[in-house]
Amino acid sequence: MMCLGIPGMITRLYDLDGTAMAMVDFGGVQQEVCVATVPEAQVGQYVIVHAGFALNLLSEEEALETMRLLKEIKEFNQAESKGKTEE
Amino acid sequence: MSLAATEGFRSAGLTRQLAGEIRRLVTRPWNIMEICGGQTHAILQYGLDQLLPPEITLIHGPGCPVCVTSLDAIENALQIARQPEVVFTSFGDMLRVPGAHANLFSARAEGADVRVVYSPLDAVKLAQENPQKQVVFFAIGFETTVPSIAASILHAERNRINNFSILPANVLVPPAMHAILKSPDNRVNAFLAAGHVCAVMGYWEYEPIAAQYRTPIAVTGFEPVDLMRGILMCVRQLESARFEVENAYSRAVTRAGNRAAQDMISQVFEPVDRQWRGIGVIPLSGLGLRPDYSDFNALKRFRLVQQAVSESPLCIAGQVLRGNARPPDCPAFRKECTPASPLGAPMVSSEGACAAYYRYQRVSA
Repeated sequence: MMCLGIPGMITRLYDLDGTAMAMVDFGGVQQEVCVATVPEAQVGQYVIVHAGFALNLLSEEEALETMRLLKEIKEFNQAESKGKTEE
Repeated sequence: MSLAATEGFRSAGLTRQLAGEIRRLVTRPWNIMEICGGQTHAILQYGLDQLLPPEITLIHGPGCPVCVTSLDAIENALQIARQPEVVFTSFGDMLRVPGAHANLFSARAEGADVRVVYSPLDAVKLAQENPQKQVVFFAIGFETTVPSIAASILHAERNRINNFSILPANVLVPPAMHAILKSPDNRVNAFLAAGHVCAVMGYWEYEPIAAQYRTPIAVTGFEPVDLMRGILMCVRQLESARFEVENAYSRAVTRAGNRAAQDMISQVFEPVDRQWRGIGVIPLSGLGLRPDYSDFNALKRFRLVQQAVSESPLCIAGQVLRGNARPPDCPAFRKECTPASPLGAPMVSSEGACAAYYRYQRVSA
């Protein structure tokens, strides 16, 4: 699928005839990925991979921040529905 | 990245909470278009459409690369693939897409050397391994796929691989959004922008669109929580008459996007007018090779005969791609047209709306 992007972790960086490449771990499966598009990438970072190329780095901080915001909505909803039952 | 951070975006509980919040906020009917066909499939696969209140209608957009690839481009692909010295390479989805009389799969059955590649860099490697052959890559797809094609051309140039070329057919999202919003029969009130296109391009290009057409846009990912959160952001804006771009996929997308990828794209490609199947020509909606890279253009390497081609009269793919009809509205849906015997591209592709409705058993609209 052409918009599909799969997150994976960089385990090794190397050069292929002048093009920046990496081995990326997708839940235990290692695959070769071109990382010419993310020159700042480091081993241990996560990338979203599409058609053998890294589209961008993934931010763990942002993922955790989004989860924190979502939990607030959940708690707000739960408080509100509890309020309604008590009315 | 901790497992909790990634798995949280598939939480059924959070998805339902967000649907509850949408239900609480909504006061009137709204049509929200997800541009990307991958999102259409995720919405139907997780049954998100069935969790939403009846006021919210999801309209499926034109973001299916093989669906919008023009018949002319497919005819050119077939002519190139049939040349004896050519190895024609493509993403797998494209092989079964019907042209006027044939598809790449049937050309292969008749002896053409047509191969599926996972990445355009694999096509460059094939060229390196087969110096006596001409290896051509069918360059389809949106901004998600373009960096991989640009990087492959730069790799071929750097390593003087002269028997590699592309058939340019890439398309861009923002011009298609303009075309949809300008259309007199437009029904779209808000957009979910495709997260992986924005991972590359950022979302600054969408801000003038949101303002000009007073249409909220939420940059949205592909997991159920991401999708529901994008829809919630759109509903919040619609209900409070705000028209902005918001980011529901901040772990992968920044406003500026991936600058290195954008630089590669603009080094190799420039915007050109492009024909979209079922939609027509959209100005500056495609990418063509810049003059410095025109040696990589397969259209210049091979002598092609232009033929007049026409669509199946039964297929309403154009209306489906513009968001004006749903797959079950088509009289041929599930009858003359099935994934085993498709009349139009949206029934073939893993990103096509017709294939999604067929696969996930949405019979009525």
